[in-house]
Formats: sequence, structure tokens, C-alpha cells
Amino acid sequence: MDTQNCYHCGLGYADKDEIVFNDKSFCCNGCKTVYEIFTLNGLTDYYSFEKTPGATPTEINGKYDFLENQEIAYRLLEFHEQDTHIVSLYIPHIHCSSCIWILENLNRLNIGVSSSQVNFHNKKVRIVYNPEKTTLKEIVHLLCNIGYEPYISLDNYEARKKKVNRELIYKLGVAFFCFGNVMLLSFPEYFEMEEYWLDNYKGFFRWLIFGLSLPSFLYAASGYYISAWKSIKTGMLNIDVPIALGIIVMFIRSTVDIIFGYGQGFFDSLTGLVFFMLLGRLFQQKTYNFLSFERDFKSYFPIAVTKILQDKSETSVSVYDVAAGDRLLIRNQELIPVDGILISDDTAIDYSFVTGEADPINKKSGDKLFAGGRQIGKIIEMEVLSSVSQSYLTQLWSNDIFTKKDRQDYKTITDTISRYFTPALLIIAGLSFVYWAFIDLNTAFNVFTAVLIVACPCALALSAPFTLGNILRIMGRKKLYLKNATVVEQMAKVDTIVFDKTGTITTNKKSDIVYEGTPFTDDELLLIKNVLRGSNHPLSRRLYDFLPTTDTLLTDDFTETIGKGIKGKINGKQIKIGSAHFIGLTKQLTLQTAVYISIDGEFKGKYVFANSYRNGVKALFENLSNNYELKILSGDNEGEREILKQLLPPDTRCIFNQKPEQKLAFIENLQKEGKNVMMIGDGLNDAGALAQSNVGISVSEDINVFSPACDGILDATKFESIAYFLKLSKKAIKTIKMSFGISLTYNAFGLTAAISGKLSPLTAAIVMPLSTITIISFVTIMSNYYAKKESKN
Amino acid sequence: MSVIYLLISISIVVAILFCFAFIKAVKSGQYDDDYTPSVRMLFDDELKKKENNHNNTN
Repeated sequence: MDTQNCYHCGLGYADKDEIVFNDKSFCCNGCKTVYEIFTLNGLTDYYSFEKTPGATPTEINGKYDFLENQEIAYRLLEFHEQDTHIVSLYIPHIHCSSCIWILENLNRLNIGVSSSQVNFHNKKVRIVYNPEKTTLKEIVHLLCNIGYEPYISLDNYEARKKKVNRELIYKLGVAFFCFGNVMLLSFPEYFEMEEYWLDNYKGFFRWLIFGLSLPSFLYAASGYYISAWKSIKTGMLNIDVPIALGIIVMFIRSTVDIIFGYGQGFFDSLTGLVFFMLLGRLFQQKTYNFLSFERDFKSYFPIAVTKILQDKSETSVSVYDVAAGDRLLIRNQELIPVDGILISDDTAIDYSFVTGEADPINKKSGDKLFAGGRQIGKIIEMEVLSSVSQSYLTQLWSNDIFTKKDRQDYKTITDTISRYFTPALLIIAGLSFVYWAFIDLNTAFNVFTAVLIVACPCALALSAPFTLGNILRIMGRKKLYLKNATVVEQMAKVDTIVFDKTGTITTNKKSDIVYEGTPFTDDELLLIKNVLRGSNHPLSRRLYDFLPTTDTLLTDDFTETIGKGIKGKINGKQIKIGSAHFIGLTKQLTLQTAVYISIDGEFKGKYVFANSYRNGVKALFENLSNNYELKILSGDNEGEREILKQLLPPDTRCIFNQKPEQKLAFIENLQKEGKNVMMIGDGLNDAGALAQSNVGISVSEDINVFSPACDGILDATKFESIAYFLKLSKKAIKTIKMSFGISLTYNAFGLTAAISGKLSPLTAAIVMPLSTITIISFVTIMSNYYAKKESKN
Repeated sequence: MSVIYLLISISIVVAILFCFAFIKAVKSGQYDDDYTPSVRMLFDDELKKKENNHNNTN
């Protein structure tokens, strides 16, 4: 066997890298060290709850020095008194019971920690520590060392304490209390027996029921009145209007009933209805909370930067304290927080957050650096040009387009139905009132209220959230994380899909390059490398990076023929690099991406680039092209047009050299043509396009690391399932429509009884919860069925 | 039979007490995390004896 799995983190590794310690094998020193720390402190139980629960610790080298800054540390603290500090840290790695166990035993590893408590769902650990014995920085370092690096960002810094909203739970509790007691007390009257005792205590029971239903009517159901009132004010009738109307009418009619002794009223149905609807709402909220991932761009910025003072000493300051003229120190892989000028000799900046596509850009002393770039290479110094609020990236993100998400004008399927449902309901109620008014005014009032009560569309209101919530969870399990339920509806309407190229249909991982042909001498390699230097073609750049570093020579006669190749003359030797045809060979190989090389007219060999397109791209495109219009947008040049053409169905439009604004404009134009556009991209450079599109999905190689403003995040390994997700969304809408059908049938039956003036409280009490329950089970079963069926196809 | 007034009042009072207890429990944050405690209760209180008598350093 070639590979084994690490005892700590479970990653496979080759035999030669194995590190054996205590008869356990590890993939790297980091994992071994964590194991060592745990063994020394008697914490080996960590490995008994869950197999290979750990993560390899990451390098920190001063990354958390800013925690020494008292002001920043205090902002992060939840509570601070003399000898007790409390901090809540978000740790993305929390995923199993071992994690809970080790984090709750932190006090064994650091005596300053008095207790720690994990909230598993929020992936948070709340640490209580004594500042005289330890510091926040030490705790964070400890967490990093054992592979639980916390995630500290500006969000923490701004200290937006979110109050936990427990109102729904209170309401649910109250509604259930009322429902249970009212049901119990109404039971005797269901049998309508002429019994002495029952008759004697009727009044008492009825008024007690009235009293018990008050909290449910006034408090638990209050959300529906508010929502209905808001919707009436904006002139858009949503589904809450008939619900609120039904509840209020039910209450008034029941009260009248018991005051005049007509009957026992509908308090049982009323409280039951409120309870079931709140239950549905709780389910909805739980699902959405579980899936909520929204983070804003600030999460990408380090919250403190290292400033160099006049006397050359270094100190960490918060990003907001940086002013023009300050000198900052940026380490390898750190983000450049503000616009500035490079002071150090040279560096490379990866602007993939901003422009997305290109490899690192080399900068020389005096060049301007833009915020949002990631520094790659040795440590650099820069001088700040503008403070953080003015910098380009903030402006880009502050743009409305990134915050518009909750489209006011978008009508959900439920809203659309309820727009017709509510007026229709009022008309039926009105007509039956008028009809009965000629016969008997008393019955007319009864019928009028009965119609409003029985038609209360609670099943209608629940079917969409339940279906969509369930679909969201199914998609989440299959690694497509959608922002909210509306996205599913919008996905079902999509007719055009726009793909970004780099990072979306190709992987970000560097492709392998293999040389086939006569081996080169060192001199020849030197020539090739120097010719390549002049070219900006992606393949040239990749090959240039691949070849070993050499001296720089001057190239004469350099010419680049776009789409074909480059040639140059060095020391009298003619070097040609490019396609087979360019070199003078006749046979063209198919899908393989290769660069051919000849020196002085003699063919030497070719560099073959392993295909960096994702698995299943071709099949996916073929599948999608049957039902959707496909387009490819790329920030790169046209170098790969030919390869793309072979992958794509013939009528696909490919557009190259697109800047972020152009991508956005492209989507906008498609939308103006009446298209429903789904944009599948990879990040910030197409964030504008992602936000503009009806559905923006970002493909992510690592979900913990990346999440820009978009409607959904797709795990890169599931890229080929896009067709499946689209189909599933269509089925979801179909399920909702079917459940509407069932719900309306129930209503039709109930209405018939109501219009003919024969609705008894007992019928109402049975029919209303029954319809709710059947609808909920129906949509749950159907959406699961479709999810299974489609995944087989 | 008028004892029914008393009995029902008592039962309602008990029910109200439970409802109140529930709201208090929610308020104190007991229902905020419904997973971690279920795992936590399974952990042993006692930790394993320190296993630092292995002095092999490879």
C-alpha cells in the first residue's frame, strides 16, 4: 500500500513522509506535535470519540500579534472584569464530539483558562480566562497549535452583538399551552350529549376556553397581523392577509357565539391553527439558520496591520487607524488592506480577489499597490496612500449592487397565488352573504364568517416553506449551499447560464506539465525560458513558472503570433514555441493542450499540459445545452478558445478579455432581453456579475475560505451536478403546485359546507389540522422522492 | 359537582406554571444549543493518567 492515513488528521500520505511517534503514524510534524501536546496532558481521549478528528496546525508567525493591542483585544471580549475575561471565538474546524471534548478541556492545556464551552451549531467556543495568568494571544496561539485556528475578522471587531431572537419559541410555547388546554376543555361539547352536568357547566367551560385562547390570539398570532397590515399598506396582498383575516373573523365569530349562547365557537381550531403555523415557521427558521452563510467582504481583511514607527519599531494597529503616509509591513500571504506605494525592492501581488484571473503581478519599488491584493513572497514595506474607507475595494463593495440581494420586486410563488386567492376568497364570502341575506340574515352572517374561517390558507402558506426548506437541506447535503428559499424558485426559472472560465470550469490548482521529446541541455532551457519571458499567453506564463530559474538573456527579433506561438532569436539561435502547426508539424493532436518547441528549425519536443478543466465539464455542458442557453465569460485572452470549443456544444458563445464591469454589463444586457440568468463564477472579480444575475452561484474549492456576495456556494467537487440541482429546483416548484392543488381541494370541500351553512365547529377542528398535516407530509415525501429519483438519472 | 371549579382552576394554574417554566428555560438560553449538551454528558469526568513516561524522541 502506498498511502496510509495520519492518526491525527486522517489525511493520506506517502510512506516516505511518515513520522512515527508512540507507535502512531503521522503525516507531518504539525500533527505529531498536536498529538504530543495531548499525550503530555493526558488528553488522549481526544482520539477515542472520533477517528482522526484533528486538523494540521497552521503557521502563525506573528499573525496574531495584533491581539497584544489592548484596544483590539477588548473589542473582541464579551465581558471583562478584574480577573475574569470572556471571549467567544469562531472556530470553523469544530465538526465532531472530539472537538467539543478537547475545547471544553482547554483548562488542562492552559491554567489561565477557567472554563470553556462549545456551541456546536454556531461553531463557537466561549472561553472564560484569567487575564493575570494568560492573555488572549496565548489562548489563540494555543488553539492554533492544536489545530483549532479561530477565525477573527472585522466582524468581531465591530462588535455587533447579535441578540438571540427567541420570540418565536416563546410564541410557540404559548400557542401550544393554549392549544392543549382549549382542546381538552372543548372535548366534552364535541359529543353534543344532552347531559345535565355538561349543560350546567357549559358557560364556565366556554368562558374558560375564551380566556385561554386570548394569549394565543393576541400574542402568539401577532406576527401574522403585523405582516398582513404591512402588506395591505404596500398594496400587495400576501398570504398572511387571508390568514390574519381568518384568525380575526374566527375569534370574533366565536366570541359572539358564546356571548349569545349560539355554540361553543371555533376556539379549538383557532388555537390549533396558530400552533401549527408557528411550528411551520420554526421549522423554516431552523433550516435557514442552519444554512445561513452570509459573510461580507470584511471577513477577508485582516483586522490589524503592522505599522512601522519613526524609530523603526513595529506595532500593530487596527485597520481603521491607518492614515495616509503610514508605513506598513505586509507578510507573505497577507492581504493589502489599503492602497499604497511599494517601498521594498520588489514583490508579487496576487489580485485574484479583485481581478480573479491572472497569476501574481510583479511590482517594483515605487509601484502602486491596490487594496485587496494578496502579497506573495518575502516581507514588504509599503506606504499608505489613502485610508481604508476610501480604498478602491471598499468602494467596489459599497456599491449597491452587492447589497441589493432582497429583491423587493421579486414575487414568490406563494405571493403570486395569494394575489388571486385573497380577492377570490372575499368575493366568494361576499356572494354567499348576499345570497343568504335574502333567506335569513342570521345565517348569512354565519356563512360569511364560516367561509373566511374555513378558507384560511394555512396549508397554502406552509407548503412553499416546507418544500423549499427541504430542498435546501437536500442540496446542502449534496454541497450546494443556497442563501435562501427564494433562490430555489429563481433557479427553476433560469433559462440562460453564464459560466466564468478560470476557476469555474477550470480548477485553480496548477496543472501538471510533462515534457515529451529529446531532453534539453541546460543551455537550451536557458534559451527557451528567456523567449517565454516575453510572452503573456497563459500557457507561456505557466511554462515559464514551471522551468527552473535561469539568468536573463536579451532576446532579439521577438514576435508573438496570437493564437499560434512565439519565436525569438538568442545568440543566433532561432527558437520557436507554439502550436504544432506553428512549428511546422502537420499532425494536430486533439484535446491535449501542448506547446511544441523547435530550435533552429529542428523539432525538439513538446510540453503537455494536463487538462485543468474540471471533471465532467463536457458531459455537463451537453446535458445543459438541451434546456439552457450557455455562455462563457472569461477575463483571460483568447488563448484557449480552440480547446473550449471542443468542450462546448457548438452554439455556445464565448467572450474573452472581460473586465468585472463588462461581465456585469453582459449579464444586465441578457436580463434586458428578458432572460433569467444564472451566473456561475468563482469570486470577487465576477462578484458584480454574480449579484446582478438572477441566480449567482460561486464555485469554491474551499468553503471555509471563500464566500462572496452570491446566492449560493457550490463545492467545486460537485461541479458536474449543476444539471441535477437545476432539475431538482424545477421539481420543487412542481411539488409546490401539486400541494396547492390538494390544499385548494380541501378548501373547496370546506367551502361547500360553509356556504350551505352547515359548518360545525367539530368539522372545522378536524378538517383544518388535517389539511395542514397532509400538506406537510405530502411535500416532504415528494421532495425527497424527487431528490432520490433525479440523482439516479 | 362544584368541586370541578376548584379542580379545573388548579389544573389551569399548574399548566400556567409549566408554561411559565418553559418560557424561563428558553430565556436562560437552554434551548439555544440543542446538540452540544447531548455529547457533553457522555464524556468521562476523569481524565486518563498522564502518559508521559514514554521518553522516545524520534
